[in-house]
Amino acid sequence: MSLEGFRFTKDHEWINTDRTTFRVGITEYAQHELGDVVYVELPPPGKVVSKSAPIANIESVKAVSDVYSPLSGTVGEINGKLAEHPELVNQDPYGEGWLFTLQIGDPTELDGLMDQKKYEEYLKGISGE
Amino acid sequence: MKKTKINEAHHVLKGKMVDFAGWEMPVQYSGVNTEHMAVRTTGGIFDVSHMGEILFRGREALRAVQYLTSNDASKLVPGKIQYSGLLTEKGCFVDDLLVYMLAENEYLLVVNAANRDKDFAWMIKNCGKLHVQIDNVSDEYSQIAVQGPVALGLVQEFTDTDLSVIPYYHFVVGKVRGVEAIISRTGYTGEDGFEIYFKSDEKFAVRLFLELTEKGEKYDALPAGLGARDTLRLEAKMVLYGNDIDEEHTVLEADLEWILKLGKEPFLGQQPLLRQRAEGVTRKLTGFEMVDRGIARHGYPVYMDGVPSGMVTSGTFTPYLRKAVGLAYLPAAKSAIGTVFHVEIRDRMAAARVVETPFYKRRK
Repeated sequence: MSLEGFRFTKDHEWINTDRTTFRVGITEYAQHELGDVVYVELPPPGKVVSKSAPIANIESVKAVSDVYSPLSGTVGEINGKLAEHPELVNQDPYGEGWLFTLQIGDPTELDGLMDQKKYEEYLKGISGE
Repeated sequence: MKKTKINEAHHVLKGKMVDFAGWEMPVQYSGVNTEHMAVRTTGGIFDVSHMGEILFRGREALRAVQYLTSNDASKLVPGKIQYSGLLTEKGCFVDDLLVYMLAENEYLLVVNAANRDKDFAWMIKNCGKLHVQIDNVSDEYSQIAVQGPVALGLVQEFTDTDLSVIPYYHFVVGKVRGVEAIISRTGYTGEDGFEIYFKSDEKFAVRLFLELTEKGEKYDALPAGLGARDTLRLEAKMVLYGNDIDEEHTVLEADLEWILKLGKEPFLGQQPLLRQRAEGVTRKLTGFEMVDRGIARHGYPVYMDGVPSGMVTSGTFTPYLRKAVGLAYLPAAKSAIGTVFHVEIRDRMAAARVVETPFYKRRK
């Protein structure tokens, strides 16, 4: 799967820079590690957040995990479908399972994130542990 | 990490392996929800070889079992099984266990993986002077649980012994793929099913597990891991040692009076439990479901009218009932059905309500 405009964090969040509003979600690897998602707690629109701060909560049958904001900015929209259908995070983490949009404050922060190729290499390092 | 003789099969089946009480065990294969639903609607196949087996033999074997456990083992006959408690002097749990009467003067006690050595030491310490030979035979046995509505049909393909005549909580000794096995109609899921105990080399154990999953395909049965085992047992309100029962809570507090036979001959914990029953318990293990969103998990504090009032011992989102449920020790006086209380979930107070248990009961 090609994820050209996507940038990734070491905590397995993604931000899609292809769109005019940047969507944020968690990666395929993250959803697989979490297992079946049952609740997603999203931030209120308008919330101001700094890079790497906890911003949302994903609860699976197994555990609760924090989602960290990939960049500094302001929360725009949230994905309302997740309240009824949290399993979208598992089924389509890069598409229908997006979490919220972020109006970013400092575009230079993008340089600190990984592109798809770098992220895949990073994952190889993790599984090789 | 220790490995069961079946271990290689989990790697073949791409199970996600975790450390469970020092054992490398599969937490899931296809996913907790999927495996949970398979057991409720078709079938699941579990490696539970990490469980412990302790053999009691000798003319005072029954006396030893009676002294150590809370249920009345004199009611057993060969081929019958009893759920029971291995108790401290205070009437709390060293462990919970199954007692199999193999023959006159011969009993097999099946205990939790994490407690095998502790239990064995406790048994020797308290019954070492009786005429009973107590052996920890845990490493000799492998154990596979096949659970769910298709279990009977699936396991029957592996043995000539007629399984349909075995009542719940009974067993027979028969052959499974030519190897002697204890085939027991028991389980930890709330479904019909079998637990198969056998002694073999790794090759046979791996092959049997893989063949069960292969033959299972036509029944839509799946290999299932410890994740589903936990959600299944909780939905059926079966307690988990270390979560819901421990050395701090008594049999009565754990709401397990049905495995307590206070009128039988003397046993460990009898006197304190007689007193507690006369006086009444102050706290009781109680089932609840969440009113507010969120899962109340093990260790989360419970509040009643703003006052700290207990602790959640187990909690999950049950895949079959599609709701968050759990167990907690609540003040006995405030544990009536319908009582609303709060659980502190991270930084917020979430409402929960006492409900009838088991949360799930199979239609017979």
